[in-house]
Amino acid sequence: MDVWNILEYLAWALSIMFGALLLLDLVRIDTTYDNALLTSSREGEIEATQERHTI
Amino acid sequence: MSNVSTNAGEPERLQLLRVLGPAHVWALGVGIVLVGEYMGWNFSVGKGGMIAGLVACWVAGLLYTCVAMIDSEVTSTVAAAGGQYAQAKHIVGPLMAFNVGLYLVMAYTMLEAANAITVGFLLDSVAGMLGHTGLNQQPFIVLAIMFLAWLNYRGVLATLTFNLAIVAIAFTAIVVLFLAIQFGVSAVPLDFSAVTEEPLPYGWVGIVAALHFGLWYYLGIEGTCQAAEEVRSPARSLPYGTMAGIMTLLIAATMTWYMCSGLIPWEYLGQAGTPLFDAARVTGSTWLMVLLFIGTMFATLASANGCINDASRAWFSMGRDRYLPSWFGAVHPVYRTPYRSIVFLVPIALIFALGAPLDQVVTFSILSGLLGYTFMTFNMVMFRRKWPLDTIKRGYVHPFHPLPTIILLILCSTAFFAVFLGYGTQLIAMMCFYIIASLWFHYRRYQFVRRGDQFTMPWPKPLGY
Repeated sequence: MDVWNILEYLAWALSIMFGALLLLDLVRIDTTYDNALLTSSREGEIEATQERHTI
Repeated sequence: MSNVSTNAGEPERLQLLRVLGPAHVWALGVGIVLVGEYMGWNFSVGKGGMIAGLVACWVAGLLYTCVAMIDSEVTSTVAAAGGQYAQAKHIVGPLMAFNVGLYLVMAYTMLEAANAITVGFLLDSVAGMLGHTGLNQQPFIVLAIMFLAWLNYRGVLATLTFNLAIVAIAFTAIVVLFLAIQFGVSAVPLDFSAVTEEPLPYGWVGIVAALHFGLWYYLGIEGTCQAAEEVRSPARSLPYGTMAGIMTLLIAATMTWYMCSGLIPWEYLGQAGTPLFDAARVTGSTWLMVLLFIGTMFATLASANGCINDASRAWFSMGRDRYLPSWFGAVHPVYRTPYRSIVFLVPIALIFALGAPLDQVVTFSILSGLLGYTFMTFNMVMFRRKWPLDTIKRGYVHPFHPLPTIILLILCSTAFFAVFLGYGTQLIAMMCFYIIASLWFHYRRYQFVRRGDQFTMPWPKPLGY
């Protein structure tokens, strides 16, 4: 087993770690917060507060 | 909760975080594209010779300059995540918007997969050069996608600051190679004799065929407008970042053609996997080889990173408008990213990266991109007709309208023909996919859309309505 074989195993391990971090956080957020709040984003908020499309 | 927006009498809302500046927009646009300088463009030389490669470089540059100008005007006015999807929704209509949203997601997810495949290929090449044969590329492909998805999940500022750093290094590597060759570091002199001896080995049709791969120099610069909802000042940052991006790419593309065509015989250049890295190898300088390997790797990672950012914003926007299940329209309460969309697109990218050949993946990406550019032409005409210059304020007004639109349409038609010459079956398959998706959207999905909520720009009524 040379350094490249070790790197292969390391890459698998890191991939699993990042995947687990993503999924665990997603489940944690979805079970902690109300879905109505999580999906409350609306397009165009800056339009109402900052940008003015009048000349 | 400090990171939510509230207005009196309204429930609190989560929004994407407005933290980006023009440099991040530049890093997003150039980051997606710069990998095209490091690989892929050179197949245009294989299709038509050195002159055809240069013509493709500049004709595609003209096409994308039109794209950048048109996109800057519209997106500085329609400043919403989803970019061209939001533009289509406001200017053309829901069915066009749904299709444009799909073009974006397909183009960026396929490109992300292609970049991950390239990371595996690069590491395999290095392992081979160091004496290790038979490297298993899969763990590195998976790691590239998982790491970048995690980075995107954690926040847009860190993601695009990371992109800014690695894109700057990758671009600097091209400039350093150019200067090193000019100052005589290369052991092999530049040789352009093929320009006169074999100017067009496959005739004029070679130039048309080369155009398909000339697109690689710039494919994805329009991705800057996906950041519209996360930049501090969209009307200023988006045009600045996009126009600076296309200028950077025009310079990088011309330098790349010049160096590679001068150092590598065109017959070999037309088939090379990593032409800039190969040009550095031809110079005989070890430090240039190392620098260009780092540049190639960083450009590839930056492209995949930007693609994850853009595909997830387009998917998120469609979910938010209920063009897709509204579950996808969620914002992370801490990181303020479209976290469900980011996670959902990971397995799709993995399937393409691990199960499809590179040229097919890239061709599907280019086809989706081309459909998007074609949409931009009539989108621009409709935008100026419905809302003339004196009715709403734009952050940027592009000059010579409708000339850029006409040029873009002609070049898109030529590029479609060029793609048809090499990949006709894929082109037809792609069109069938979008037609079926459109039928599904029209007959099954649109009933769930809240029709009044999807138009958010406080514009006056369009002219003629």
